[in-house]
Amino acid sequence: MTPLLEINGLKKSFGGVIATDDVHLDVIKGEIHAIIGPNGAGKTTLVSQLSGALKPDAGTVLLNGSDITDKPAYARAKLGITRSFQITSLVMGMSVLDNVALAVQARDGHSYRFLKPARKIAHIREEAMLNLAKVGLAKRAHDLTSQLSHGEHRQIEIAIALASDAELMLLDEPMAGLGPKESASLVAFLKELKGQRSILLIEHDMDAVFALADRISVLVYGRIIATGLPDEIRSNDAVRHAYLGEE
Amino acid sequence: MKNMTKTNWATLICMVVLAVLPPYFLLHGQAFYMDLATRLVILGIAAVSLNLILGYGGMVSFGHAAFIGLGAYAVGIPSHHATWGGFDLIASYNGLFQLALAIVIAAVFALITGAISLRTKGVYFIMITMAFSQMAFFLFQSLDVYNGDDGLTIDVRSELPFINLDSPMQLYGLSYGSLVAAMLLVKTIVNSRFGMVLQGAKDNNERMVTLGFNTYFYRLTAYVISGTMCGYAGFLLGNFTTFISPDMMHWTRSGELMFMVILGGASTALGPILGSSVFILMEEILSSFTIFWHLPFGLMLIGLVLFVRGGLMGLLKGKGK
Amino acid sequence: MDYTLLFVQVLNGLQLGLLLFLVASGLTLVFGILDFVNLAHGSIYMIGAFICASLTFVLGNFLWAVLVALPLTGLVGYAVELLVARRLYDKDHLDHVLGTFGLLLVLDTLAHMIWGPAGITVPLPAWLDGQIELFEGANIPVFRLLIIGTGLAVAAGLFWLVNYTRLGMLIRAGASNRTMVSALGIDIQTLFALVFALGAMLSGLAGMLISPITGATIGMGGQIIITAFVVIIIGGIGSMKGAFIAAVLIGLIDTLGRSFLDSLFELVMSENAAETAAPAVSAMMIYILMAIILAVKPQGLFPPKVR
Repeated sequence: MTPLLEINGLKKSFGGVIATDDVHLDVIKGEIHAIIGPNGAGKTTLVSQLSGALKPDAGTVLLNGSDITDKPAYARAKLGITRSFQITSLVMGMSVLDNVALAVQARDGHSYRFLKPARKIAHIREEAMLNLAKVGLAKRAHDLTSQLSHGEHRQIEIAIALASDAELMLLDEPMAGLGPKESASLVAFLKELKGQRSILLIEHDMDAVFALADRISVLVYGRIIATGLPDEIRSNDAVRHAYLGEE
Repeated sequence: MKNMTKTNWATLICMVVLAVLPPYFLLHGQAFYMDLATRLVILGIAAVSLNLILGYGGMVSFGHAAFIGLGAYAVGIPSHHATWGGFDLIASYNGLFQLALAIVIAAVFALITGAISLRTKGVYFIMITMAFSQMAFFLFQSLDVYNGDDGLTIDVRSELPFINLDSPMQLYGLSYGSLVAAMLLVKTIVNSRFGMVLQGAKDNNERMVTLGFNTYFYRLTAYVISGTMCGYAGFLLGNFTTFISPDMMHWTRSGELMFMVILGGASTALGPILGSSVFILMEEILSSFTIFWHLPFGLMLIGLVLFVRGGLMGLLKGKGK
Repeated sequence: MDYTLLFVQVLNGLQLGLLLFLVASGLTLVFGILDFVNLAHGSIYMIGAFICASLTFVLGNFLWAVLVALPLTGLVGYAVELLVARRLYDKDHLDHVLGTFGLLLVLDTLAHMIWGPAGITVPLPAWLDGQIELFEGANIPVFRLLIIGTGLAVAAGLFWLVNYTRLGMLIRAGASNRTMVSALGIDIQTLFALVFALGAMLSGLAGMLISPITGATIGMGGQIIITAFVVIIIGGIGSMKGAFIAAVLIGLIDTLGRSFLDSLFELVMSENAAETAAPAVSAMMIYILMAIILAVKPQGLFPPKVR
């Protein structure tokens, strides 16, 4: 069975610095595949090449067997990839609900419409509200996004990821900046998504990783040094040395 | 009428004044105020259309004067040939024909220049739109057959069904009605699904692209709509002044338009008319004192930029309601 | 094919290009290093021309006038930087554009008030006013050769300055990292004021050099500024090399286009059509060129490395 996402021989350098060094990776449908690695390993660069924000120097990215390496970011979103950002990226000047509604509107597909007020389209607003409720932010729906806390911004990003109803979710350090209670909540939440969505999860928070991941890949200096089940990774010497040992 | 902001009140009052005073003065033999108001209203339409892409789209176009000029020449050239011959294909006094010509030419110019300019952003975009506006200026300046720099005077205004543009009252009525329509149009567009994408792209382009929106095309669409509306304003202006010259397209005209938009239009879709009013009144008052009125005007502009908190761009960013 | 005419027009184009370079170099220096968009740059070009024109009458000699007018123009530039530009650095580019637009209006009106609307004709000393016969049929005005020589000398000087001197290194460093340079104890404010004044002198020099040919006029600044912008857009904003190449390219294309386009057009269309189309197309030529280049390279031909 073809994996949902297949990355072959991906390479990316910036000047003299090799950020992505011949990466081979895949994500099977329904799994949560975590990527861990020390700071500077090139995790965000990798995610950017998958979402289409950056162009790789070499290698291919396949989604459901078809080559999306040259496809621009907006096209990948339409094919079923959604991405959350390590540094949250939201439309700060609009309300919380507006942000999620945009994701619903994007999926809905009819955005070259000039007449009906967008905020009055019931099915978009309701669905956005639903997704907002799932992450527990329904009460803040009409507040200005810029007024919410960092942790709440992260939650909005998750709500957006849900609203996009994408097959593949690229989550870049979703736990970053969250307190223990919020983290636990998010972990429980993501656990429920297992099987329904496929997730490539970049994370530093080891508790979250071992609680969620079906498989783990370890990225060090742009290279994948190991891929396997959580227990395998936990006991892998090279990994312990390069990463877990340094903690 | 709850939730009316200060700007909305000001706009409403402005619109009522504009609906009542100029006709009143005209009926009492003082055509001057009607003339002033007509110019104010027509430039208001241009400002409203620029605001669509500037205030809501974040596209700082310094080339909108070109659209006004193109719209005006779409009246001038056919009328000129209908009077003097020389180009039978487009010779015509027919207002609907001239209007269609104005709209098509403005739209095509917007499409081509927009497609190129929107591949850039920031200061590049500003300068490129300025350059395209100058290109149009030089093009018409070079056309000796239309008197180049000296400009074109038309003897016959556009002939429209039901409306006689030779009557100042009717011309004003058409312009005022068009202004109202323009404001409503922009407000509708801005609140629609299209408008949401446009505004989102202004605020955070990366987020919009990640959601799946090809923001380039949304911007281009907005740019074409804006340019076309501005071309319509040019059609009205050409009819009003009956004197059409390349000067209408000079980049400094675009600067004045931008000043109007930012001063008055920074917070709502309806605000640009305030900016247009302030500009025209100031131009009128200052120039009655001195021919050097550009000096205080320039100083005012500098002062605004220096002392408005966050700069004028800050005024713009505070937009979106 | 009239090769003599071609040669003369190439020299013309070179002259125009070098003058454009003088203006554009100041513009791109200020943008590249100070990250400042200066719409009033053309006004300083005009002011330089007027100061030189007035001094020519006072001192009785054009060349002396240029020598005295140069530092005076630099002073004007310094004043502009001190009073206006400095307060705009930390604001958005749009604020630069609008602020310097206001400044342009102020300066142009001041010039109108001081020197009147008619402009001034600048007389050349006899030995500069004549022509030289370079070869048979090619009579070149001596002054044109002077302009070309001066332009090339300044270009060489700027190249040396930016690439081989400490000041140039500071200039380039300032461009890439303002905080670093000031952390090194170098007074950024003075550096920037110097660069601004230098840009003003370059622009003023161009105005002075063209004034014997076209006269010093109020509108000249507004005319040259957009062309200068096109030069730096095509060349790559911030790049001196790009400004030079683009300026010469534009000077040549514009001049040769105006001279030869109608002959070219007559090959494919009627004389009447060519007579209308040629001036129209040549008027738009440099903008069409800009559009084509941007379609392929939106950052211009030689964009400097991103900061």
